[in-house]
Amino acid sequence: MQIYPCPFCGPRDETEFSFGGEAGNDRPEPAEKISAERWAQYLYTQDNPRGNSHEIWVHLTCDEVFVMERDTVTHEVIGTKSLRQEDAK
Amino acid sequence: MTAKRLPSGGRIDREKPVTFTFDGKTISAFEGDTIASALLAANQWVVGRSFKYHRPRGIWGAGVEEPNALVDIEIGNRNFPVSRATTEFVEEGMVVTTVNGRVDRAAILDKFAKFIPAAFYYKTFMWPDWHLFEPYIRDMAGLGRINPDLPETGRAEQINHHCDVLVIGSGPAGLMAASLASKAGKSVLLVDNQRDLGGSLLHMDANIEGQGVSGWIADKTDEIEKSGGKILKSTTAYGIYDHQMIYLNEKRSDMARDLASGLDCLWRVRAGHIILASGAIERPMVFQNNDRPGIMSADAGLKYLKQFGVLPGQNIVIATNNDSAYGTALALREAGANVTMLDSRKDAQAEGDFDILREKSVTNIIGKNRIEAVVAENHTIKADLLLVSGGWTPSVHLYCQAGGKLDWNDTIAAFVPRASVNGISVIGAANGTFELNDLFAEAKAVASNYGQPTTGKNSGFNIEPNWHGPSAKGRAWVDYQNDVTIKDVELAARENFKSVEHLKRYTTLGMANDQGKTSNINGLAAMAAITGREIKEVGTTTYRPPFTPVPFASIAGKRSGELFNPVKRLPLENWHRANGASFREYGGWLRPAYYGKDETEITREAKHARTSVALFDGSTLGKIEVMGPDAAKFLDFHYYNTVSTLKSGKIRYAFMLTEGGAIYDDGVLARLSENHFIVSCSSSHVDGVHRRLEMWRQDQFDPTKIAIHNATAQWATLTVTGPKSAALLNKIDFNIDLDDETFPHMSIRTGKFDGADARLSRVSFSGDRSYEIAVPAHKTETLWSQLHDAGAEFDAATIGVEAMSILRAEKGFIIIGKDTDGTTMPQDLGLTGPMNKKKGEYLGKRSLFTENAKDENRRQLVGLQVAKGNEMLITGAHGIERDGNDKHSIGYVTSSYLSPNIDKPIALALIERGLTRMGEEIEIWHMGQSCKATICAPCFFDPSMERLNA
Repeated sequence: MQIYPCPFCGPRDETEFSFGGEAGNDRPEPAEKISAERWAQYLYTQDNPRGNSHEIWVHLTCDEVFVMERDTVTHEVIGTKSLRQEDAK
Repeated sequence: MTAKRLPSGGRIDREKPVTFTFDGKTISAFEGDTIASALLAANQWVVGRSFKYHRPRGIWGAGVEEPNALVDIEIGNRNFPVSRATTEFVEEGMVVTTVNGRVDRAAILDKFAKFIPAAFYYKTFMWPDWHLFEPYIRDMAGLGRINPDLPETGRAEQINHHCDVLVIGSGPAGLMAASLASKAGKSVLLVDNQRDLGGSLLHMDANIEGQGVSGWIADKTDEIEKSGGKILKSTTAYGIYDHQMIYLNEKRSDMARDLASGLDCLWRVRAGHIILASGAIERPMVFQNNDRPGIMSADAGLKYLKQFGVLPGQNIVIATNNDSAYGTALALREAGANVTMLDSRKDAQAEGDFDILREKSVTNIIGKNRIEAVVAENHTIKADLLLVSGGWTPSVHLYCQAGGKLDWNDTIAAFVPRASVNGISVIGAANGTFELNDLFAEAKAVASNYGQPTTGKNSGFNIEPNWHGPSAKGRAWVDYQNDVTIKDVELAARENFKSVEHLKRYTTLGMANDQGKTSNINGLAAMAAITGREIKEVGTTTYRPPFTPVPFASIAGKRSGELFNPVKRLPLENWHRANGASFREYGGWLRPAYYGKDETEITREAKHARTSVALFDGSTLGKIEVMGPDAAKFLDFHYYNTVSTLKSGKIRYAFMLTEGGAIYDDGVLARLSENHFIVSCSSSHVDGVHRRLEMWRQDQFDPTKIAIHNATAQWATLTVTGPKSAALLNKIDFNIDLDDETFPHMSIRTGKFDGADARLSRVSFSGDRSYEIAVPAHKTETLWSQLHDAGAEFDAATIGVEAMSILRAEKGFIIIGKDTDGTTMPQDLGLTGPMNKKKGEYLGKRSLFTENAKDENRRQLVGLQVAKGNEMLITGAHGIERDGNDKHSIGYVTSSYLSPNIDKPIALALIERGLTRMGEEIEIWHMGQSCKATICAPCFFDPSMERLNA
């Protein structure tokens, strides 16, 4: 059972959070100019890094959406940043 | 010659006799005995049959490591299958049964042992089909039996706990560390799986810090408690999880207690630091017939003597490869036994006042149900007990579960922890440190710096391992519980299952209930010797929780029955109950399915709704408020349909798509004012829709210009539907003009009800004139009763979800997830307008223009009428096309009812190219039955929509 630090509430149990996808997977727009390959990459291709990763998470109890940097091997949480912070993305 | 109870000594209460039965035989014991110590004192040597060969087995150990003495226990109305006789204490009236020794008919298997090596079952019973043999094999093999006649256990308590320092194990190292940490001001939790604190000290004679063992234990306990530390006895730390979360199972009470209070308790402990002082377990030695009853670990022999006052044999042979058994020999000698020491070492210095045969190892055992003599090369020594000390294996399970790495240490011939991981320090015997002074030094060091003390001090017992004995003859056991012998390890090596994980799975070594606590190292050593490698090259298998078995009741806690997945409840639930509602769960909500005696009421309700007026509790409908200057732009992005063009006071039906283009939800969007919308999504999608809105708001929009509030629970929604709905509503004061000119279909008005805000929406899920009234939840009952009172003159009736489902199906209105699936796109429902016209971006847009989306064979929503008769189609039945003898599905029935208002079966279906096949007759197939149905438009009632304003 991991502990994630919500930027708004502080450290909370992982069961209070929901995964929102890999950070940095920007939505390609506008639809008219996006190739099928590029769209498929956005929808289905994940980096799935071993080790350091940046992910979007939501703290379900307060609705804070944030970027979490963590290690997918050791499960060490390196840090979290609110999306409101300029440098979060 | 036999085992016997000594007149004094031990931690038992000779004033309190206890009797229980073992396989039907009455056994006398004392309070404080374990089942195993009582059986030994009663001279009961065979305590079970082995798993595979059904060989007689006796007690090996005196604790959690026990591989042989597994028993089912029944007491009062409680049942404890597959318990270890060595860790369960006796209680009056216990009925103890061995798990694998009920009938000895399978003992013949032992004669055929050479034909049933490792993997025999996999290899042999493949033909014609494993499942043919499986039930017989399982019946013969099985462990333990649950008595199904006993009542279900209650709900176990679970406790969350935080502490600075968790100390696991209360032996000398653990007690010292816990006392030092508490005195340093840390909040400390000390746990031990024994009833008494002290660990190995409980059967040791020692002088510590100037006093005897029990005085020292009492002092340390006192110090811990006085400094505010907490102590849990009979509590096993069985698993360690991420971020220093440790799970403990506390054996709360005697088994005899009733179901409610006698359950174990689960602790989830989040510890700042973990000090693991879990000790070490003595290993067997591998020689021919080393599994005979009467062969026991030397440590267990000493425990039975010191803790239970049982002298387990009179003529005792002790086989050792280290010094640690010499103390045991002396103690047994003093208690009156004849002791012969077989020391396999070349340069052993240890001495004792008993016979010592040096450089001699056990080569065979004489005796079947009980040992009669020990053969050591050319010596045969008569004996009624053989104690074995093959060295010590540190209990590093939790450390390894947490990702700790082990190093092989030649000094103690065992794996020891390498470095501190994730806040865990391992000390004492678990760290390979056995001398009191050394382990106290470790305890002191970790209590101040919380690192990992290195091990390998030449402290201890001068072991010279003799891994697999000189004898290649006969069968020598590595894993007692799963009947794995050296020959099985050889077979695994021969068939190239040399990796330690393969060895484990192929032979089942270490996979039994005891998880290889006594067998793993011997198995690794054998594999190393056979393949010419070092033990450290072979390595260990992965350690996984639990350390010892944990009752399911503890793990489940309160999460069973209604609490497993709690339903959401309506504000009017009590009213519905009082008025005869039958409840069912719909999308997580507990809602009235119908009112009255049985399901025939559904038809009555559905008819009634179209003749006069019906009242329906729609409080589960989503009410998510979206506000702010960017709200319209934001909703345009979220919905397939354009929202920003909606006028204030109007309502629009809209789809929300996934990025993959599938319909995720349908809902009605109401615009209260320029910057204020209400998203009324479907009941089961409220949380999901809200999450999506919130994530995009924070991620891609300016959150200062949009606010989202999920007010679903704050507002109740009551629906009034039917030809007389307007007439009924005119009787109630909402301060809203209900005239159709000013308040047409698909519009919303705000007003007041009983002093509170109220909203009236003209939307219809039934196809008839309908009003949805939203009032604050606390006004629900007032409004509901006023509707009923006013409705009396219009013959108003309450309807449940089932009737509403029929009404909407008659109109071809879909339920997302029922009439659509994860592939259905809006064009599959014939709704292509936005896709062709809407300019801006919206979720899922690009996916609507992919090859897949344009496939002409897509399944499309249609109606189905049965071609003949009045039989309903089966929901889920497939439409099929035949090609010779082959048939393939062209879609399936999504909803099917017997319509009470047109009095014939109706169905909705997703059928390939359905929209272009109107009037076509197709074959519907279900479980071998087939019938014909005609494709029609998905609307069976009032297709001209006149009733919306009727």
